[in-house]
Order: sequence, then structure tokens, then C-alpha cells
Amino acid sequence: MSAIYNLSRRGFLKGIAGSGALILGAHYIPTVLWADEPAATRTQADLATLHPNIFVGVDTDGTVHIVAHRSEMGTVIRTSLPMVVADELDADWKRVKVEQAIGDPRYGDQNTDGSHSIRSFYDTMRVAGATARFMMIQAAAQQWAVPASECKTDLHAVVHSASGRRLGYGELASAASKLPVPKKEELQFKKKDAWRYVGKGMDSVDLTDLCIGKAQYGMDVRLDGMVYASIEHPPVFGGKVKSYDEKAPLQVAGVQQTLPVDPFKPPCGFQPLGGVAVIADNTWAAFQGRKKLNIAWDNGPNETYNSDAYAKELHETARQPCKAIRSEGDVDSAFAKGGPVFEGDYYVPLLAHASMEPMVALAEFKDGKVTAWAPTQNPQAVQAIVSQELGIPKENVVCHVTLLGGGFGRKSKPDYVAEAAVLSKKLSRPVKVVWTREDDIKFDYYNAVAAMYLKASLDAKGKPTAWLQRSVFPPIPSIFDVNAVYGDAGHMAQGWTDMPYDIPNLRIENGPAKAHVRIGWLRSVANIYHAFAIQTFTDELAHRAGRDPADYLLDLIGPPRTLDLKATGYPNYGASPDTYPWETGRLRHVTEVAIEKSGWGKKKPGKGSGIGIAAHRSFLTYVAAVVEVEVSDDGDIKIPRVDMAVDAGLVVNPEITRAQFEGAAVFGTSVARSGEITAKGGVITQSNFDDYPVARINEAPYQTNVYIVESDAPPAGVGEPGVPPFIPALCNAIFAATGKRVRELPLTRTNLARGA
Amino acid sequence: MIQLKVNGVARSFGGNPEMPLLWYLRDVLGLTGTKFGCGVALCGACTVHRDGDAVRACVTPMSSLSGANITTIEGIGTSGLHPVQAAWIQHNVPQCGYCQSGQIMQAIALLRTTPKPSDQQIDDGMAGNICRCGTYQRIRAAIKTAAKEPA
Repeated sequence: MSAIYNLSRRGFLKGIAGSGALILGAHYIPTVLWADEPAATRTQADLATLHPNIFVGVDTDGTVHIVAHRSEMGTVIRTSLPMVVADELDADWKRVKVEQAIGDPRYGDQNTDGSHSIRSFYDTMRVAGATARFMMIQAAAQQWAVPASECKTDLHAVVHSASGRRLGYGELASAASKLPVPKKEELQFKKKDAWRYVGKGMDSVDLTDLCIGKAQYGMDVRLDGMVYASIEHPPVFGGKVKSYDEKAPLQVAGVQQTLPVDPFKPPCGFQPLGGVAVIADNTWAAFQGRKKLNIAWDNGPNETYNSDAYAKELHETARQPCKAIRSEGDVDSAFAKGGPVFEGDYYVPLLAHASMEPMVALAEFKDGKVTAWAPTQNPQAVQAIVSQELGIPKENVVCHVTLLGGGFGRKSKPDYVAEAAVLSKKLSRPVKVVWTREDDIKFDYYNAVAAMYLKASLDAKGKPTAWLQRSVFPPIPSIFDVNAVYGDAGHMAQGWTDMPYDIPNLRIENGPAKAHVRIGWLRSVANIYHAFAIQTFTDELAHRAGRDPADYLLDLIGPPRTLDLKATGYPNYGASPDTYPWETGRLRHVTEVAIEKSGWGKKKPGKGSGIGIAAHRSFLTYVAAVVEVEVSDDGDIKIPRVDMAVDAGLVVNPEITRAQFEGAAVFGTSVARSGEITAKGGVITQSNFDDYPVARINEAPYQTNVYIVESDAPPAGVGEPGVPPFIPALCNAIFAATGKRVRELPLTRTNLARGA
Repeated sequence: MIQLKVNGVARSFGGNPEMPLLWYLRDVLGLTGTKFGCGVALCGACTVHRDGDAVRACVTPMSSLSGANITTIEGIGTSGLHPVQAAWIQHNVPQCGYCQSGQIMQAIALLRTTPKPSDQQIDDGMAGNICRCGTYQRIRAAIKTAAKEPA
């Protein structure tokens, strides 16, 4: 099987993952869709009469089976990718059955993160569908003894217009299956005006089940003979159990036994954190048993970690010269000239994912093999970590992917699935590990805390002549390499090295920071803090220059041009810069659309009201956000309206895409209002939705309008890119409303009350 | 023994009376449509009806349910979709969907007491139910659509 290896934002991990047990490699897209290797579990597509490739199969009754190999966590990806297959096959959607793939390298990359499912697999899905359609046409042409060129498809059938003959896909499946599978070069793809589903969109195949309580999440999977486990983890990252009471938990009715779970061997990667498991007849008994464990801990070196002191260290580092990662012109000389200089320090704390479904997994170890059911974004990583933990071959790990009750990046890290597998092996029975909400908040892979320092010298009109920006944060590679303290290229590229303004003197730097907790990917990742700093600083410069912030932003974006970031090794989210160039004209355009649609500058905001703007490219998608805010006298905020303009290239499922941006505005509201994880003595302070609040219906934006810009560009991401510009647009609106500048998140750090 | 009805079916429970209803529904009866989200009545994912009123199953001990009529998401649309479920589908509300059983149960209870809720009444009625995907705008629209249905 040949392969295209794209450099992903995680590409660096291939080098440092060491044992090779972690599969966080490049986005691997299978180019040959026929997989000869036997799969651990055959799909209905595999078993169908016509099965020209691993993604599609057609039965003789006309049923089309399409394999969804990406995880469903609410982006409707397990509908949108199969829709592309169905469109190219010219299949009747009513006769399509979507089935969820297990984790299997034959599908290529399955890590459903980085907003790249459509981008990476759009072409693959077209080929999968067009291949089957080609074979249907050939089969019909042979049967009718006419040239294939005289035949075409018409919704689940092949027709010969001249003779008026018609054969359904079910009737043709058997004959088609005996034909050779065509090469990609032989295929003809449907013209855009013939698309039935792509660009028009379909509801989620799960929509009804999601509304009637029938949808099956990881939390809902049950097996005969299974036991429930709940694990008391070390309160400090890297801590170990010294002693515990084995017997007291047994006083709880339903508790069967306690079991130690080994601590991880650094680096932690996706290994279980360790601790003590309580095994019980039901979830609740397991939770209760934990309260009686009376564990004495050896906390280890991270017990000195205090997030307040750590924040100061980050800021101090950001005020010192750091490692330059992009440099143009001569910033130092420009600053030395005298003239007005403006600077600012920005801060975003650790953030927790808090998906509605806490971590949960069911695993059964039997005859040297593991079968797992998990709400995972990354089933092949499940195979890898379970294989590593149990010392069995990856092929002996079958991971069924359930629906995910939210993911946001947390469920790309399968430590919780490894826990279930480890316990199942010890107990020789199926084990379901259930995390509490408190476990979820306290033992997350947090989005990094970040301090940023920006400095600009300005000309007489207030435009920057030199620009310095430094970002300091504990990097995600620290979970794979305990010595990693600098940001990797992939995360520096998230809204930092690609700062798009045309400024003659520019230096972009990154400083070191050691991690004391697990750091991980969270919806839009480093873009959150990078966009916050740059887009807030931009607004500050606009006000300083006495300019309209929207005009000023357009001025800094400048005329349309393509950024040349080759010298920085810019990874471009793993995509080719030729296919996905960084075009400032597209950022400019979405900004103009957002300005126009929001009525920017046309309405006079009332007392305590304000409007703010920000624009950002992430995951190859260009987004501008305009946010209206009302700040009450005692400092409470309401967000009556948000307008977001989006250029995501080709949009496969528009209504679903709008929903993703509506959701991003709410996610951003949570980050801005109250998103903050802190630590004292290495122990995470927060524990549940009372002290880690997320936006509720009365706090979320009342109305988010999403404008999808028509675009001929190839498809880009939609799950994450709404979050980064929303947050600074909100904070800029707060400044417009109150004159109070928000340089630190969350908003609870700034007293917004009138007169404060 | 605690006698109660769940979705119209008579049940008796002889286990630990402190066990919350949530785990009885999920782990004992296998009614997994009711979700675990926080365990302390902060998120509403476990919302069910007790005699028509919305309650948080995660903090409702079995000992308090003698003679109670419990309805879960599985029990509200037995003769086809409930109008609130139909409105949810019409507005394409769910993303991940995990909170939506609770949202729907809460919305039904809200509409029972407040058939034509204002925005403020929707806020007040629904603020106990968290949706991390951020579907609130569609939840509000769906409630307004359902409110137009004859009761």
C-alpha cells in the first residue's frame, strides 16, 4: 500500500516518541483504497457483494454500506464524509447505511482532531464513491452490450438514455463485483452542478437517536459479566501511592475489591496516571468505595507547583529575549530610533476540556487479546497504548468507537482506555472504567497556560514600523519528552509564526517553560492564546491611534498577498502551501463581510454596550468575528449578538458548519468568562462545574449569525476555527463598552463593575 | 423494598437506599438515555421527570422514591416523537447530543408549567442544563417551536 505522508502538526512526535508505541504520526491517507491485509473485524462494506474498496460496499438489494472511519463527537463527520462517497456514487441517501470503523491502520489516519477530516479525506471519499459508480456503469454497459460512454447514473441506477433501459445498483452489484477495480486516473468525477449532497448538506444520520435517548456513547456500553471501576488518581502529577486501606472500601455494598494501578514511567504519554482502583457491581458503589481508600501519597517534585507563581515566571520569561523563530528586517534598530513605542503583556491560563461525557471505557482482555469500546477520537492510539501497557501486539487490540459525548481534543489521548485494559487483564473479566466529573477536571491534559509580550514602534499615523511578539507556554511535547520546554513548530505556527501583518521589521520569539501538569490539545489549541494576544494588541493600537478598530485591522492586514513562510518551516497544519496558501486577501474579505453584515459603525451603542472585532486564520480557514456586548453596572456581561464570517473553502455540509461556529462562540464565551484551571501545591484547585463553570443558556451569545463565504478553494477546517477570533472580539467589545482593557483571561481577573 | 414506576412499569428496588436514581436507571435497569455528567446536580444531563416535574436523577436517592412515577427520555415518546423531540429534530439541535436527553426532559417540564415561555423564562427554566457544544441558540428556537404546538 502506498502512502502520502503529510507533515502534520504532530509530525515531530515520530522522532521523539521513542519506542514507536505512539502512533501520533503524520496524517496518513491511503491512496490505494483496496486493502489486502485482513482486518480484525470485517465491516458490512467488506462483506457486501460489490466491495471495490475499504470505504464502500453494495449489496444485491441495493443497500450501500459506507464506512465512517472518523469519530463522531458532534461535528457530524460520520455523516459528512459518507455523504461525499454517496454523492460520487450517485447513491440514494435513503439506501445508505453508515457504519463506524474500528481502529485500523488500513483506513489511514483516524485521529479525529485538528479540524482536518474533510480536508484530508475529501478526495479519498470521492475516489471511493466514483470507483463504485464506474464499476456499476461498466457492468450495465456489458449487460446491454453498449459503450459505457452511452451510459450514465441516475440516483442509484445506471441508465441508457437511447434505449430507455435502466438497472438498479442492487441488480448490478454482482456483475460489477466481477470487474477489475479501476485506477484513479480512469475515474470521472461528478461536476459541481451535479452534486446531490455536497455543498447542500444532510442531517446527521444519528439525529433522531440523539433526541430519543437511543444513541450509544462510551458511557452506555454494557457487557455481560462486566464490573465497574473507579480510580483514585495521584492528586499531583507524577505522584505515587505510598499506602492505602484495602479493606475499608469493602464496607460499601457492591464494592468487590481494590487494586493498585501502576504509576506511569516518564514521559507520561497516554499511560494511565496510576493510583488505586475500586471494583464494584455498579458505578455508584465504585465512586463511594473511593472515599474510604485513605491513600497516603508520595507527591513527587510537582508538589511545588503553584499556578500564581508560575504565571509570574512565564511573564518574566516573556520580558526577556527568547528564541527567535521568525525574523524580518531589524526590530532592534527600529526600536532604538526613539519614537513612540507601545507594549503589552497578555495571559491565558490552563483550560480544561470538560466534555459532557466524562472519560469512560470498557475493555475485555481474553485469550491474549483486548476488545475495547471507547468514546475515543483516536482508536489507533488506543491500539498502541493498550499494546504497550499489556505487552501484546497492536493487531490484538480491537477498538470499537462509540459516539463521543464531546471530545474537544481530550479524547485523542486514550489514558482512560488503557486503564480499562490494564484492569481487565488483572481481573480476567470485562471492566468499565468510569471517571467522575472531578476526575475529568483534575486529571485533564490541559490547554497550555501562556504568557505573551508584544511591543510595537509606531509611525506618525499610529501604524507599526516594528513589531516584536514573544510567547511562553509549557509545550504539548512535554508529555512525550520530559525535557521539552519550547513550543514545537506545529504549535508555534498556530497563529504565532504566521502573524499576517505586513510590517517591515518583525521578530517572533518563543521562550521556555517546564510543564507541571499534562498539556494537551484543546479545541483550536495554541490559536486561543495567540489570537487573543495579537488581536487584543491590534485593538489597543487602533484606539491609541484614534482609529476605528475595524478600519485599522483592515489596514494592518493590508492588500491581498500570499505569505511566504518557508524560511520559518511553517507547517501549515500539515497541508501543502501550494494547495492551501496563506492568503491575506481571504482574511481581509471575511473581515469586510463581518463588518458589513454586523452593521459595524452604523449603530450607536447604548450605555454600557460595545462592539468589537477580530480576525484569524486557523486550520486553513479564515474567520472574522464581530461581537456585541452589554456590561451591567456591576460588571456582568451579556452577548446579544455575534456575527462571524467564514471562508473555509468548499463547505460540504453548510448547516452543520454554521452549527460548529455557533458552538465555537459558546465555547469561546466559556473560555473568556470563566475558563481557568489553577494549582496549589501541585493539586488542581477546580473540580466540577461550580468552580470550573462553562457558559449556560443565559450566559451564551443570544444570537450568532454565521456567514459562509462562497469559495473555490479546497475544503478546510470548521470545528475549531471559530474559537480563536471570538475571544478577542468579545474582549475588544468590552473595552469599547467600558474603557477597561482585558489583557488576562478569564474575565474574572478584571473588575468590570462601573467605577471599579 | 421501594416500589416505584419507571416509564409506566412497576418496579421494586431492594438495594442500597442511598443509591441515586441515575445509577438505578443506568446500571440496574439499563436505561442509558439518562446521562451522567457531574454527579452533583450542576449540569442537568441526568434530568428525568418525577410525577411530571424535572428532577436531577444524580442526587435523587432511591429512598425518596417510594410510590414515585419516574419518566425518562425513553418513556416520553412511546407513541412516536414527543413534540419537543420533533422540534429538536426540526432545528437540528444536537451536536454531540450527550446533554440533549436532559435538555429535552427539562424543556418538556418547562412547557408544562409555562406553555408560552418568554426568553427570560427560557433562560430561567433551562439555565441548569449545560451544553458544552453550545447548542443553546437552537435549544431556544426549538422550545419556541414546540410552544406553538397545541398542548
